[in-house]
Amino acid sequence: MSTYAQKKGFGATVWDYLTTVDHKKIAILYLIAGGLFFLIGGLEAVFIRIQLAVPNNDFVSAGAFNEIITMHGTTMIFLAAMPLLFAFMNAVMPLQIGARDVAFPFVNALGFWLFFFGGIFLNLSWFLGGAPDAGWTSYASLAIHSKGHGVDFYVLGLQISGFGTLMGGINFLVTIINMRAPGMTYMRMPLFTWSTFVASAMILFAFPPLTVGLTLMMFDRLFGANFFEVAMGGNTIIWEHLFWVFGHPEVYILILPAFGIFSEIFSTFSRKRLFGYSSMVFATVLIGFLGFMVWAHHMFTTGLGPVANAIFAVATMAIGVPTGIKIFNWLFTMWGGSVKFTTPMYYAFGFIPSFVCGGVTGVMVATAAADYQYHDTYFVVAHFHYVIVGGVVLALLAGTHYWWPKMFGTMLNETLGKITFWLFFIGFHLTFFIQHFLGLWGMPRRVFTFLPGQGFDAANMVSSVGAAFMSAGVILLLLNIVVTQVKNVKVGNDPWEDGRTLEWAIPSPPPFYNFKQLPLVRGLDALWLEKMEGKKGMTPAEPLGDIHMPNASFIPFMISLGLFIAAFGAMYHVNDKPWAIPVLILGLAVTFGSMLVRSLKDDHGFHIHKEELQDEKGAEA
Amino acid sequence: MKRLANWRLVSLFAMLALALSGCSGKPFVSALRPAGEVADIQYDLMKLSTYIMVGVIIIVMVIFIIVFFRFRRKDDRIPKQVEGSHTLEIIWTVIPILLLLILAVPTVSATFKLADVKEMDKKDSDALVIKVRSHLYWWDFEYEKQKIVTSQDLVVPTDEKVYFDLKSLDVKHSFWIPAVGGKLDTNTDNINKFWLVFDDKKANEAGNLFYGKCAELCGPSHALMDFKVKAISRDQFDAWVSNMKAVKEPEKAQTDVAAQGQEIFNKSCIGCHAVTPDVKPEAARVAPNLTNFGERARVAGILEHNKEELKNWIKNPETYKPGNEMTGKYPDMTDEQLDALAEYLMGLKVQD
Ligand code: HEC
Ligand SMILES: [Cu+2]
Repeated sequence: MSTYAQKKGFGATVWDYLTTVDHKKIAILYLIAGGLFFLIGGLEAVFIRIQLAVPNNDFVSAGAFNEIITMHGTTMIFLAAMPLLFAFMNAVMPLQIGARDVAFPFVNALGFWLFFFGGIFLNLSWFLGGAPDAGWTSYASLAIHSKGHGVDFYVLGLQISGFGTLMGGINFLVTIINMRAPGMTYMRMPLFTWSTFVASAMILFAFPPLTVGLTLMMFDRLFGANFFEVAMGGNTIIWEHLFWVFGHPEVYILILPAFGIFSEIFSTFSRKRLFGYSSMVFATVLIGFLGFMVWAHHMFTTGLGPVANAIFAVATMAIGVPTGIKIFNWLFTMWGGSVKFTTPMYYAFGFIPSFVCGGVTGVMVATAAADYQYHDTYFVVAHFHYVIVGGVVLALLAGTHYWWPKMFGTMLNETLGKITFWLFFIGFHLTFFIQHFLGLWGMPRRVFTFLPGQGFDAANMVSSVGAAFMSAGVILLLLNIVVTQVKNVKVGNDPWEDGRTLEWAIPSPPPFYNFKQLPLVRGLDALWLEKMEGKKGMTPAEPLGDIHMPNASFIPFMISLGLFIAAFGAMYHVNDKPWAIPVLILGLAVTFGSMLVRSLKDDHGFHIHKEELQDEKGAEA
Repeated sequence: MKRLANWRLVSLFAMLALALSGCSGKPFVSALRPAGEVADIQYDLMKLSTYIMVGVIIIVMVIFIIVFFRFRRKDDRIPKQVEGSHTLEIIWTVIPILLLLILAVPTVSATFKLADVKEMDKKDSDALVIKVRSHLYWWDFEYEKQKIVTSQDLVVPTDEKVYFDLKSLDVKHSFWIPAVGGKLDTNTDNINKFWLVFDDKKANEAGNLFYGKCAELCGPSHALMDFKVKAISRDQFDAWVSNMKAVKEPEKAQTDVAAQGQEIFNKSCIGCHAVTPDVKPEAARVAPNLTNFGERARVAGILEHNKEELKNWIKNPETYKPGNEMTGKYPDMTDEQLDALAEYLMGLKVQD
C-alpha cells in the first residue's frame, strides 16, 4: 500500500471521499457540507431581513416566511453550527491528543453520512410541497395542526441526522478516553479537546430526549397516535419539556467547543499558557452539568407556576458564574503576554465584548418575572444571536482561519481575513444590537411583518442594513478560500510559529496516519515545552514500527442512504400512495442489509510497513 | 450670561428627554413605558439587572482595552508562563455570585407576587375576572360575573387588579399587552391565570388604547393577531357593562340599507358570528362576537375601522390575514351586498 502518495483523478477523489474513514477527510466533508448549509441558512436569514426591512412588506408571503424562519433556525443549529464544530473536532482533536484516528473510524464515517442525508432530506422539503413551518422548536399544537408534509420533513430529517450526531459524540468520548498518547493525562489535554469531551458527553445525554420527542411526533403525524392531541388525552407541554431538555444543553454543546477554539487562539497568539487552566477545565465541566438543570427557563411563560419559575431562574443565573470565570481567564491569558493580532486573534478579540453582551442579556432573561416581558420578543432574538453568532459563529470563523493551514496546507490571506472580520463584526452588531430595543418596544419574534405606526420602522431598517454587511463578509471569506486554494502555497508544520499543541508538531496537512511515532507528552502545551527546550519536534514515545490502519468502506454511505429512502416511504404512507410501504421496506432493507454485510464480512484493515514510513520525508513526529 | 447657560441646560435636557423617549418606544405598546403595577415591577427588575450588567461590562471593557494597548507584540520576547492566580480567581468567582444574589432575591419575590391569583379563586370574591380564549388569529373575552362576551377589543377598568383566565381553543398562543405587563401563554391543555393593573394616568397618555399581541408563533397570520385594550375608568366600565347587558336580542337595523345588510348577515354570517353578548359555550363561539362591532378600534384587529376596509375584509379576508378561519365559508358578495353589510355592521353599537 503505497498508493496514498499518488495524485488521483477527479472520479477517484470523489470515491475516496465517499468511502473514507480517515478523520481528517471526514473533517473536510463536515466542513464542506456544514459550510453549504451555512450558506443556505444565511440566504434564508437575508430573506428574513429583506422582508422585515419595511412595514407591511410583501417580499415573501406569510406562509413562506414561517417556512423560512423555521428552516433558518433548524439549518443553522443542526446542519451548520454542529457539523462545522464537528469538522474541527474531527480535524484537530485526534491530533491534539496524539492519536492516529478516532476510536471508531467506521462509525465516524457513518455519523457524517447520517447527518448529511438527514440534512438533504430536510432541505428537499422546499421542492416537495413546502418546508416545515412550525418554528425550529416545532411546538406540538402548531406542529400537529400544520398541513402538508413540512413538519414530517422536520421530524424525519432531524431524526436521521440526530443519529449521526449521537454517534459522533460517543465516538469522540471513547477516543478521548482511550486514545491519548503516552503522557497525555486528562489535565494536560488542550482546552479544545476538553470542550470536545464535555460537549460529547452532553450530546450523549441531550439527544435521546430529542429522539423521544421526534418519535412521538412522528407517530402522531404519520401513524395516527395521539401523544400531543389534547382532546384525546394527550399533552402538548410534554413536547416543550422534551424539546428544551435537549434544546438548552444543545446551546452549550455549541458554545463549549467555541470556548475551546478561543482558548487555543488566545493562548497561542499571546505566547502564554492559558491562565487558570484548571479552573477553565472545571468551569467547562460545571457549565456542562448546569446546562441540564435550566431548560425550563425557555418556558417561563408556559405557566409552570412560581416555584418552578423561581428555581429555574436562580439555577440559570448560576451559570453566569463559570462563564464569567472563563472571560476573566481569557483576559488574563493575554495580560502580560505578547499578543499578535492575526485574523484568528481578531475574531477572538471581537468575541469578548460580543459574548459578554450576550451573556449579560442571558442573565437578564433569566430574571423570570422580567422575562415575561422579554420572552418571544426580538429581545430574545437579539440575546441568542449575540450568544450564537457572537460566540459560536465567530469561533467557527476564527477556527477556519486558525486551522485552515493544518487541514489544507495553505494559509488563508490575512488581509482579506481581517477585512472579512470587520465586515462581519460591524454587520453583526448593526443587525442585532437594535433588536434588543425592538423587543422592549413591543415587537414579538417570528412575525412575518409589522404594521407601521408602532415605532418599529427605523430600527428594523437598521437591522436589515447590518445583514447586508454580514453577507458581504461571508462572500469575502469564500473569495479568500478560492484565491488561497488556487495559489496553493504550501506551509510547514507550524505556520503560525506560535503553535503550542500537538497538531502543530506534524506536517500540514498531516499524513494519513498522523504520527509516524506516537509522541511523548511531558506537560500542558506539549509542543511548546519542547520548543522552549530548543528541540524541533516531539520526542517519540515508541520505536518506528508498522502502523495498523482501517480500510475504506462504502457501507456507511449505504446505511444512511437506506434510512433516507425509508423516510420517504414513511412520509407518503399517510397519503395512501401504493408505493409508500414498499419504499419504506426497501429503504430499511438497504440499511439493515448493509449492517449485516458489515457484521459478517471480516475487515482487518491493513498495515503500513516500517520501511515505507522511513521513505516518507517530512513526516517526522 | 446666566440666562444663556440656563437656556443651554434646558435645551440639553430637552434633547436628552427626546433621545430617551426615542429610546423607550410608543406609550401604547412599549414595555419601556410601563403603564401599570405589573409592568412597573418588571421595568424595575429590568433596570436593576441592566445596572448590574452594565457594571460588569465596564469592568471587562477596561481590562480589555488595557490588554489591547499594553500587550501587543512588539518584540520576540517570550512572556512569563503564568499558571494562574488563586486570589484573582476567587475574586471573580465570589463577586459575580454576590451580584447575582442581589438580582435573585427581588426576582424570586416578584415571580411569586405576579403569580398570586388567590383572590380570583376565592368564592364570592368581587374581583374582575376575564376569561381570555384565543383562536387562530382572534381573541375572545368573556366577563365571567358580568355574563357578557366581547371580542378583539378588551375593555377594562383602570386602577384595579384585573384577573385573567387564559386558554386556547386551537393552537397555542400567548397573551401580551407590552405596556401593561408581561405575557402568559394560552395553552391548549390547561388554564393559566394572572393579573394586570391598568394605570389610569398612563392610559390617558396612551390615548386609552393599549396594543395587545399574540407572542407565540401560531401560523401564517401570527404577526397579525393583534388586539386592542380600552382602559377606562370604573364608572365608564360599569356603564359599558350595563349597556352590553341591555342587548338581549340582535339590534334592529336603523336604515333600509342596514336592514338589507342584516338580512344578508342573518343568512350568511350569523352561523359563526353572534350579535348578542350572552355567554354561549366556548366551543360554540367560533368567530368574533360582533355585538359592539361599530365601536371597535380596528377591523379584524389590524385594519382601520371604516366601511371601506370592512368591505375589503369581507370581500377577501385571505389577503389581509392569510390562513384565517373565515375565508371561503360564505358566498361571494356583490358590491351592493357589501355596502349593505358594512352599513349594518358599523351600526352595531351599544353606547349612545
Ligand atoms: C366560518 C365562520 C365564519 C363565517 C361564516 C363568517 N365569519 Fe367573519 N369571521 C370569522 C372568523 C374566524 C373571524 C376572525 C378572523 C381573524 O381575525 O383571524 C372573523 C372576522 C370577521 C370580522 C372582523 C371582526 C372584528 O371584530 O374585527 C368581521 C367584520 C366579519 N368576520 C364579518 C363577517 C361577515 C359579514 C360574514 C358573512 C358575510 C362573516 N363574517 C362570515 C368567521 C366567520
Ligand atoms: Cu397567535
